[in-house]
Amino acid sequence: MAWRLRLAPEKTSIDFFRWQGVTFGGSMLLMVLAFVAWGVMGLNFGIDFKGGTTIRTESAQPVDVAAYRAALETLPLGDVAITEVFDPSFGPEQNVAMIRIAAQDATESVTPEQITAVETALRTIDPAMTFPSVESVGPKVSGELVWGSIIAVALTSVAVLAYIWMRFEWQFALGGVLALLHDVFITIGIFALFQIKFDLTIVAGLLTILGYSINDTVVVFDRLRENLQKYKQMPLRDVMNLSVNETLSRTLMTSLTTLIAVGTMMVFGGDVIRGFCFAIFLGVILGTYSSVYVAKNIVLMIGLDRSEKPKNRGTPDEFANIDA
Amino acid sequence: MLQTPLWKRILIWATVALGLVLAAPNLFYSRVEGHNDAAQAVEAAGFATVEQQAALDAWPSWLPSGIVNLGLDLRGGAHLLAEVQVADVYKARMDAWWPEVRDALRGVRAEVGAVRRQPATDPAELRVEIETEAGMAAAVAAVRALASPIVSLTGIGENDITVSAEGKTLIVALSESERAAVDQRTIQQSLEIIRTRVDTAGTREPTIQRQGADRILIQVPGIGSASELKALIGTTAKLTFNPVVRRGTAEDPAPGAGNVSLPSMDEEGVWYTVEELPVVTGEDLTNAKGDFDQNGRPAVGFQFDARGARAFGDYTAQNIGAPFAIVLDGEVISAPVIQSHIPGGSGIITGNFTVEEANRLAVLLSAGALPASMTFLEERTIGPELGQDSIDAGKVAAVIGMVAVSLFMIASYGLFGVFAVLSLAFNMARIFGILSIIGATLTLPGIAGIVLIIGMAVDANVLVFERIREELKNAKSPARAIEIGYERALSAIVDANLTTLITSRVLFTMGAGPVRGFAVTLAIGIVTSVFTALYVTRQMVETWYGLRRPKTVYV
Repeated sequence: MAWRLRLAPEKTSIDFFRWQGVTFGGSMLLMVLAFVAWGVMGLNFGIDFKGGTTIRTESAQPVDVAAYRAALETLPLGDVAITEVFDPSFGPEQNVAMIRIAAQDATESVTPEQITAVETALRTIDPAMTFPSVESVGPKVSGELVWGSIIAVALTSVAVLAYIWMRFEWQFALGGVLALLHDVFITIGIFALFQIKFDLTIVAGLLTILGYSINDTVVVFDRLRENLQKYKQMPLRDVMNLSVNETLSRTLMTSLTTLIAVGTMMVFGGDVIRGFCFAIFLGVILGTYSSVYVAKNIVLMIGLDRSEKPKNRGTPDEFANIDA
Repeated sequence: MLQTPLWKRILIWATVALGLVLAAPNLFYSRVEGHNDAAQAVEAAGFATVEQQAALDAWPSWLPSGIVNLGLDLRGGAHLLAEVQVADVYKARMDAWWPEVRDALRGVRAEVGAVRRQPATDPAELRVEIETEAGMAAAVAAVRALASPIVSLTGIGENDITVSAEGKTLIVALSESERAAVDQRTIQQSLEIIRTRVDTAGTREPTIQRQGADRILIQVPGIGSASELKALIGTTAKLTFNPVVRRGTAEDPAPGAGNVSLPSMDEEGVWYTVEELPVVTGEDLTNAKGDFDQNGRPAVGFQFDARGARAFGDYTAQNIGAPFAIVLDGEVISAPVIQSHIPGGSGIITGNFTVEEANRLAVLLSAGALPASMTFLEERTIGPELGQDSIDAGKVAAVIGMVAVSLFMIASYGLFGVFAVLSLAFNMARIFGILSIIGATLTLPGIAGIVLIIGMAVDANVLVFERIREELKNAKSPARAIEIGYERALSAIVDANLTTLITSRVLFTMGAGPVRGFAVTLAIGIVTSVFTALYVTRQMVETWYGLRRPKTVYV
């Protein structure tokens, strides 16, 4: 027998409902807290959603935020935010900052004169300063992007709900979608809590979480469906525990490979993509947790009608033997 | 029993080989790109320069030369989202209707009395006040007679204008289907003109797309900044030659009927009062190019078509000694005095130009004027260095991620892990191969999608391997366990991946730009990884089993 790396013992019989109050209840509490964080602190929207301009600066000299601010104060720009950007991949001569300017006009993005004025003002600090990216979004578009994102999340949830309903039972669909929302909202809550910039790529990240999390949940549900057929007399709770135990090794394995991949992207992929990778990283952890501790609890609470033959699958036709 | 038919096996390995071959050009990206650019240039020009020939030879033409397009965020360039002000065209249309409506009402003057145009808040409306309210029915009938039916798929039986009355006011408005037709035409023309302008500027592979009802997305890789792009496409470039009535130092408060007061482009505080109806317009130009005047200053040379040349010739013959204004987008470039009859239909426009400005104006004039002005809703400039940094970082992350996942898989599943890792490599090649042949655009989130796929692609294998393990525990023979493992894991694999596919489908529809790139790589990656897990890995397992015939299998 060759040595194998094992994430879970060969045979586990963990009672996943034992601490239901803590695990499931805690999850629900976290979800509520995430809503509170979202409501109270708000999200640190990027220009995609708020409108405005971001300018990325790169200079050989260390970033002096106060000096940058002083240089820009003379310009009629309104609200200006300056943040320094750190990344392990930057060389010693690479000092990067992001300057965010609030939207000025009602519809248009920005005038070239404004950008030139900002660039000229900043070049007084370091004449060799470069501007690797300048992006601006008009408030008109950003409003639409907010709606588009909300619709995207809602549409995905509905589509997934419909699919699981079709393939499983409606209780499963409900449990699966609640687990999804759990993952997405807690992630949003964490973004609100730490005031991490929330832009269009983060929404893409959230949608990816939807995809990943449901993937994980479906694998557990699939085994549950199989075991419900196999052990018709076993109480629902025990069948569920059995199913999760049987798939535990796979759940951990896949989560870990995905976490490894996303983790390396987060560390080495550069600062432009970091927020996006962070969202997915969080989502994978939450998605794994929720497929074990959240999704099936809902199904258990609602209960399943097991007397009904599930969609006639595998049931012999009573007239099948007449001709035989 | 553990045997796939030969033709199936050949087919499976053929797709793997195809994936590798199609992905190969991406390893020599700059070389293949040079080859493709040169091939395109040679085809357009009909001959090859020495450099182009060298670039052509750098990559054998019998090899596939499709490569993944790099998105704007990786290559650097400018992105603009413009909204076309279609209402501009409505206004022009209603202005053109006014003389006709006036003439029609003149025909029924006895009943309606005097008519007067009134300002309308909606640009697609023409409001006319008539003197006698009792004559409204006659007025409506007279104006309705002007309407002509429009031919379109949806607008059958509808006229181009609707006529209604509101007290003493007669309202002529564009009908819904006429508006739609106008919108369609305006956007189409704007697209064409923008394309011509961007192409003339000579950048590579610009993306110019219609988005939604009245928006145009313009992405130009390799251009220095969005401002530059805006200067090129944001100008309406409506050129007219108007007779000058007088010159003043302030805006004329009462320019008189049919006249307008326009500022000078170069001379501060100088205003010209000109006749609104132009002698000739930019539409009568056939050609314009950067030129120099007799003093060697930059200028724009132009050529009129036959109609324009005749109109211009006649006008200059009759108005020697009088000034005329060259007006661009509501500003007077210059107002020279006509020295003599100009019959040839060509001339130059002098102004306070630099050589670049003169050349740009020439490009704008030859491409034609935009039918409506545009506002810019979104603009992004990404420097090429930032894009390169992102590519480098993405490569590093992908390699490290791949190595880590591989080690992890081998440690967990031994030989089966090796099979899974080989499949993963083939899978990556296949993703790049497909991206290359469909000409998809790789963006930074797209790279993240690929890295995510590295993690998720092994999932299908993990599901199968875990299942085989379980079946082995149930004391099944190895061959049987492997077979059942694949069979029973199938439903989980299909359900799990279909839901992810649904998500990427929504992402593709809802997302914009870079996010779309992510959706594309994710969707392709899901499909290919399921394929490789179910067929390619299985082939390896079967081949190995067939050769070794082990009594026990340890996964």
